[in-house]
Amino acid sequence: MKQSRWFQIVTEYGALLAVLGVLVAGFGLFSKNFLQVSTLVTIANQIPDLTFLAVGMTLVLIVGGIDLSVGSLLALSSAVLGVLMAKYGWSIWTSLLVAMIVAGLCGTVNGVISVGCKIPSFIVTLGMLEIARGATKVVTDSQSVYIGSKVEWFGQPPEGMLLSPAFAMAIFVVLVGQFVLTRTVLGRYWVAIGTNEEAVRMSGIRPAPYSIAVFAISGLMCGLAGLAQTSRLSTADPNGAVGIELAAIAACVIGGTSLMGGRGSVVSSFIGVLIIQVLQTGLAQVGVSDSNKQIITGAVIVAAVLLDALRNRWSKIA
Amino acid sequence: MKNVPLLQTHGLTRRYGDVTVLEGVSIHVRTGEIHALLGANGAGKSTLCKIISGLLGQTSGTMQLGGSDYAPSSKQDAEAAGVEIVQQELNLIGTLSVAENLFLARLPSYGGVLRNRLLHDEARRVLDQFGLDGISTNKRVESLGVGYQQMVEIARALARDCRLLILDEPTAALSGQESERLFAHLRSLRDQGVGIIYISHRLDEVAELSDRLTVLRDGQFVETRATKSASKDDMVNLMSGDSSVDAAPNQHASSGHHDYRSSEIALSVRNLTCGLVRDVSFDVRRGERIGVTGLVGSGRTELLRAIFGADVATSGEVALSGGKTGRRFTHPSEAVAAGVAMVTEDRKQNGLLLAQSIRSNTTLSSLRERFSWSGLIRSREEENATLQIAKDLETKCESIEQSVRTLSGGNQQKVAVAKWLLRDADVFLFDEPTRGIDVAARRRIYLLMESLAENGKACVIVSSDLDELMETCDAIAVMSDGQLVDTFQRGQWSHEKIAQASFARYAS
Repeated sequence: MKQSRWFQIVTEYGALLAVLGVLVAGFGLFSKNFLQVSTLVTIANQIPDLTFLAVGMTLVLIVGGIDLSVGSLLALSSAVLGVLMAKYGWSIWTSLLVAMIVAGLCGTVNGVISVGCKIPSFIVTLGMLEIARGATKVVTDSQSVYIGSKVEWFGQPPEGMLLSPAFAMAIFVVLVGQFVLTRTVLGRYWVAIGTNEEAVRMSGIRPAPYSIAVFAISGLMCGLAGLAQTSRLSTADPNGAVGIELAAIAACVIGGTSLMGGRGSVVSSFIGVLIIQVLQTGLAQVGVSDSNKQIITGAVIVAAVLLDALRNRWSKIA
Repeated sequence: MKNVPLLQTHGLTRRYGDVTVLEGVSIHVRTGEIHALLGANGAGKSTLCKIISGLLGQTSGTMQLGGSDYAPSSKQDAEAAGVEIVQQELNLIGTLSVAENLFLARLPSYGGVLRNRLLHDEARRVLDQFGLDGISTNKRVESLGVGYQQMVEIARALARDCRLLILDEPTAALSGQESERLFAHLRSLRDQGVGIIYISHRLDEVAELSDRLTVLRDGQFVETRATKSASKDDMVNLMSGDSSVDAAPNQHASSGHHDYRSSEIALSVRNLTCGLVRDVSFDVRRGERIGVTGLVGSGRTELLRAIFGADVATSGEVALSGGKTGRRFTHPSEAVAAGVAMVTEDRKQNGLLLAQSIRSNTTLSSLRERFSWSGLIRSREEENATLQIAKDLETKCESIEQSVRTLSGGNQQKVAVAKWLLRDADVFLFDEPTRGIDVAARRRIYLLMESLAENGKACVIVSSDLDELMETCDAIAVMSDGQLVDTFQRGQWSHEKIAQASFARYAS
């Protein structure tokens, strides 16, 4: 029994971990500095923002939706957090609470409009992307807000430690996300809705509340990601996190989440985040220019998805 | 010109695995005649027409068209030979204009650039010729009513010069006036020497329009005769077969039938109206198995969907024993909560999560109620229940984690049924429960229905297979054109009586 469980884990994550391993080993070969603790720690402390977003995005993709507004919602919650803490002197906790409520509400609006009115979430969240970015600029008056040490403790490792509280929190959220997805009624319903919503309805379940919940959760994840980014940079930047939604989607897809819904894993998406971040950091270290970095990153995303598609085809034949 | 043979088929046979849907059918259609094709559901009319029009290959048999051998391997082949078909379901592209739909396969162009003026002029000519001068050629097809869409579909076939035209239930969506216009056009085509094969359940139309008719039954040729020499009663008798012949298997089946009916009413439907379904009332008692039959399009599936709340009824009541009266269900979740289960007709479309495991599918309807504890799935219980029910139903699988897609049709259906057994409903609605599944699985489903009845559950079973209903049910209700016209008790029914009732609202 125990053996088969390990076997399951290997078959489920083996291919992804192999890709990650090859990348790490490859960069280790080309750059002497890469396999040092300081580099790995830097990577670990950079990933919480994208990890939070990828967790929410995985769930949204599983029910068959997509959320393009996560970058703007991250910036908006970061702006709310920054303004409340820096200008009004609120504590980090009350500010975080307000930021999470704002992002969660925006996510709920995404869900209610796209699910309730049956409008493709692509369009609704694209609108929210613009609205939230504009609101961010209104809140901050288009200026970066410096907060400083009041917030830094969360995103940066404490004295004598290697990893930040944000990293620990990200790991915790990944584990909770995976648990909810695989072990709860909620998670089972999400997968079912993404597979065949009409069959779910004909089984006597109302799908709408479950689909809306997923967008609300994605909003809340943006709130956490906002805190992670603000605390890492000590600053709320109204122009930050532009385009990060595509990185989040890429991480999910690399992890094997289907854009058509019905298939996905939070842990796999997390490995996808690691692959993207290792690639970014590694390429920078071996001295690849920014433009070439972009080309290579794009190619790796397509290659990873291609590999997954081929693997599926083989397993169907076998 | 008349009486020249146009199409001859010789011993056309079509099998799917062990199932023979068409067996040795030989018919001949002349030039300049309207030839009606009659038969009950599953008689093989559509299969025959699909073979003639190249949509389907035959297992054996040959055809001749205009005196030379004819073996179309595709619809394009058939069209090149001058054979056009208008199928029951519409094949239009809703977002394109009427003109583009009419000439889709041969849009006029000059070096790849669409010649719009020519296209619309040509389309205008076709529409005018067909009496559709009210329709603009620029209009998007999806903005037209179903009747007009059907007319466009027919006009598209007529726009090509054809020798043989096949129409499968063309008037199903047409009003009386539109039908008349179609008939006038068909007559003028006939006079020009075109041969027409015409399928319809509406016997009035057949009597009015056709010159000769051919009857099929159970995939076999029964008779061809001049329409003038056949009354409507004759037609029904030919379609349903001699009642003395099929009485034998019927009696045989009833010897093993147990009546588990109690006096308590489990489901009561009153004046239910929902789209096609009009003013339907009936009761089902605990332990009763009632069959619902009728022609395709008579509203059988729609009736079940309206009871279950899958389609929202416009008026009427649905009540369960001990439940509230004076209401109907507006969402399947309400019906399920009240104790109704529905095994849907199209299990791939809306019955199953094909990509998910047997376990997920089996417990989908009961997960929250039976296999969870404050939102967490109780995996052990879920697994045991799934294994147990798979064993009970003899579902053949390697593991319950296997995706349902990999199962055979019969085993998929067992999973679809198992889902509701775990939910423990009081009323089971079955829509075509044995479609496309093998004999052994079919047996298993019949046994299951019997044990449901024995345990005091009520079953409503919709099926196109009348023998199946006669074998399993205590009573059979017959629908005709959206209404429930008659109910026959076991022992009082016959193929003939049921066929008569099925046509009741069509042959007025």
